[in-house]
Amino acid sequence: MINHSLKELSQMLAKKEVSSVEMAQTFLERIQKYNPQINAYITVDADKTLTQARAADAVIAAGNASALTGVPIAQKDIFCASGWKTTCGSKMLENFIAPYDAHVIAQFDAAGAVNLGKTNMDEFAMGSSNETSYFGGVKNPWDLERVPGGSSGGSAAAVAARLCPAATGTDTGGSIRQPASLCGFTGLKPTYGLVSRYGMIAFASSLDQAGPMAKSAEDCAMMMNVMAGFDERDSTSLNHPKQDYTSELNKPLAGLKVGLPKEYFAEGLDADVAKVVDAAIAEYKKLGAEFVDISLPNASLSIPVYYVLAPAEASSNLSRYDGVRYGHRTAEYDDLMDMYMKTRAEGFGAEVKRRILIGTYVLSAGYYDAYYLKAQQIRHLIADDFKAAFKQCDIIMGPTVPSTAFKTGEKSGNPVEMYLQDIYTIATNLAGLPGMSIPAGFSHGLPVGLQIIGNYFDEARMLNVGHAYQQATDWHTQMPEGIE
Amino acid sequence: MEWEVVIGLETHVQLQTKTKIFTGASTAYGAEPNTQACDVSIALPGVLPVLNKEAVACAVKFGLAVDAEIAPRSVFARKNYFYPDLPKGYQISQFELPVVGKGEITIQVPETKKQAAYEKVVGITRAHLEEDAGKSVHGAVDGMSGIDLNRAGTPLLEIVTEPDMRSAAEAVTYAKKLHELVQWIGICDGNMQEGSFRCDVNVSVRPKGTQALGTRREIKNLNSFKFMQQAIAYETQWQIETIEDGGTIEQATILFNPDTGETRAMRSKEEANDYRYFPDPDLLPLEVTEEDKARIQAEMPELPEAMKARFESEYALSAYDAAAITTSRAVADYFVETVNAGGDAKLAANWVMGGISAKLNAEDKIITDSPIEAKALALLLKRIADNTISNNAAKNVFEEMWLGNADVDSIIEAKGLKQVSDTGAIEAMVDEVLAANPKMIEEYKAGKEKAFNALVGQTMKASKGKANPAQVNAILKEKLS
Repeated sequence: MINHSLKELSQMLAKKEVSSVEMAQTFLERIQKYNPQINAYITVDADKTLTQARAADAVIAAGNASALTGVPIAQKDIFCASGWKTTCGSKMLENFIAPYDAHVIAQFDAAGAVNLGKTNMDEFAMGSSNETSYFGGVKNPWDLERVPGGSSGGSAAAVAARLCPAATGTDTGGSIRQPASLCGFTGLKPTYGLVSRYGMIAFASSLDQAGPMAKSAEDCAMMMNVMAGFDERDSTSLNHPKQDYTSELNKPLAGLKVGLPKEYFAEGLDADVAKVVDAAIAEYKKLGAEFVDISLPNASLSIPVYYVLAPAEASSNLSRYDGVRYGHRTAEYDDLMDMYMKTRAEGFGAEVKRRILIGTYVLSAGYYDAYYLKAQQIRHLIADDFKAAFKQCDIIMGPTVPSTAFKTGEKSGNPVEMYLQDIYTIATNLAGLPGMSIPAGFSHGLPVGLQIIGNYFDEARMLNVGHAYQQATDWHTQMPEGIE
Repeated sequence: MEWEVVIGLETHVQLQTKTKIFTGASTAYGAEPNTQACDVSIALPGVLPVLNKEAVACAVKFGLAVDAEIAPRSVFARKNYFYPDLPKGYQISQFELPVVGKGEITIQVPETKKQAAYEKVVGITRAHLEEDAGKSVHGAVDGMSGIDLNRAGTPLLEIVTEPDMRSAAEAVTYAKKLHELVQWIGICDGNMQEGSFRCDVNVSVRPKGTQALGTRREIKNLNSFKFMQQAIAYETQWQIETIEDGGTIEQATILFNPDTGETRAMRSKEEANDYRYFPDPDLLPLEVTEEDKARIQAEMPELPEAMKARFESEYALSAYDAAAITTSRAVADYFVETVNAGGDAKLAANWVMGGISAKLNAEDKIITDSPIEAKALALLLKRIADNTISNNAAKNVFEEMWLGNADVDSIIEAKGLKQVSDTGAIEAMVDEVLAANPKMIEEYKAGKEKAFNALVGQTMKASKGKANPAQVNAILKEKLS
């Protein structure tokens, strides 16, 4: 059961080969067995999960099931889920029980899916290794000495170790795709505005986007059918017509024009990773895709631009954690200012503090024009690069990450090196474009991802491109050793 | 040296919308603490703002009323600072691109002992939408401060003027005019006690005749016109004395203490926050199209200036009367209702600005509190116009009406105030008076006009004030000719 696709699980439930309760129990048992090692989940609540599963079984029995009814899904702990502890990986929200449902949670509830638990993550989604979580790092199931990537590291490890059939993630600079690459599964960051951010705890509002993390492109397509859609509670939600993301999965790829940005194959890319990506390109050629060389001349500015804009927004978004209304408050304090300072000093970890400081600095009087405003201007140039590129091609491909999973602690002392993990993914967030990572092979036993970047709202085609590859290869079905 | 004071105002006008500016929670005043503090109002993790279109319409209405540019695209920005009553740690406001641009308001500064009344145009720099903060409540819980977030997120329009005013009188006149205008166009209830209309006043002084502006100090949160007058007067004098004593003015935010009548610095420029404004990524730029403007224009009531002109032509009121009647929408409404109920327009204007206004002022009330309804006043005016009672008798009736009795005719009856217009009866009275005052007749015939007035007075006295004075005059003239 644990290796089945969402479609297969759905069919098993429909045929009553297994109940939703049994399915949830299977995964809850696996979580009980492996989570102490892997630390993929922050909160597991079997009672809540099984209550939902029983309800789903009733819906199935009544013949009212839809595609995901009864299927357990793990939720990144960044989504507020009514009655669930929602920590965002932070001590600040260690005991925060959300009183309402995020749009994404409500959509899965409405679809009859079962919440399997809340997954670990870098604190406030700030990190590329899951090492900044207040609840401890997450282990990469392919090598427990290595990181799963981040910030959606818990969801990533859970999908890779089959501690859930599929999970949700969020991606501000690569937080779905980088862990998908490092843990060997399929992850999609949709077009900015396609999935409502309502109830998703904000890191950098203009970049944050929720998306599916699952074994295959087909699974991601089924999840997109639930997650995407206009929500008037999010002013940046786009009123794009509802579509069926599974409808184009089986289109042939003949004639597909794929652009290869030369900047994504330049210095800094690990040679073994490059080989895997080249092999994937060769496979796509066999499937009928045509390749053109393109250039994204401003791509190299992505990281500096991102590390001005994202911290700027974060410094403001995180101001609400002040100890006044909810969340952590320091035990003893002399006055208001003392309470603020101690609460935030204790409640936030080092990386969050670093970004609040950077953000506060770049927005300060006298620095705003040189940093924030300049970064916004370059952000437009980066988006223009993609616009020009998509005149030459339908899809852009390249590596997701320059290298494979690194060892825990290897980069935690060097933030800039850590930030380079997202060198190929950040530009799409800045441009608001959809990006996806699919497993394309291995380097020294560690998964390597292929990045697929599409034009705005072109998720259906991207999933088609991923699915076609997954019909021809079996990288996405591989499972880490040592985990049965 | 002669000094000149330079004043500019920033006014926070609470917009009369049912719900908050970025969420559906109620804006009603006076509810139990935090009963109107929804998920967005308390800034739970993950919540997002959604702009209230009603608040935008209010801002556009104001822009149209002051003939301002309405920005086709304006931007909401975050003003970042920490305060317990500011749940997000930032206030959503507009910074670089406000919804309302340059406009103007014409004020009539009333006469004083030293100066005749005059008209002045005050430039509006901008007006922008923003959300209000909550309230810190001290002492409700022993030894602790409480936070009430009912008000957090209430829509405000901040209206900023150019530094155009040159006296406390001009500033207060502007503030009063603005106060009337925002009520007139229905965007604010004008309740200053509840904080619906709050003024910050920037004051600086400079040697008369010079152009450069002096360093300003900002008097915060004035919620009465009287305090504004006092605060500006005190602050102006303080600044002049400080400079004359060899000191310099430091830019500062100050508070006015109504008990002492003094101003006191709250924080200096150095202590001022760096608000780190940047465009709010949770909100799209606000777009106001020509169609939006046309639709809102169509909903606008007739503005005071237009109504004044109409009253002059339609009701033949003097410019002075028409201006006085249109200083307030409520007064204008009352006047129109009186006229529509059959009251003579000129009489209505006189009575509204005279008797009614005097009574209201004496009792510190406004026209909507008047115990005499417009319909009742109209009936009283009809009785004057149809000669049932004299103007003097009408004052007597009015006093009774003010106490709550609306039945004009029965008051006239009960008080026996009906005017005598019967020519025969008046002639008889005149004859009696003439017979009793031969000396006065002689004096009159010798050219003393005063004697005639005395004879009129005698006749009126004989009629117990009820004779129609015009008729008495005419009959007397006739008999003496």
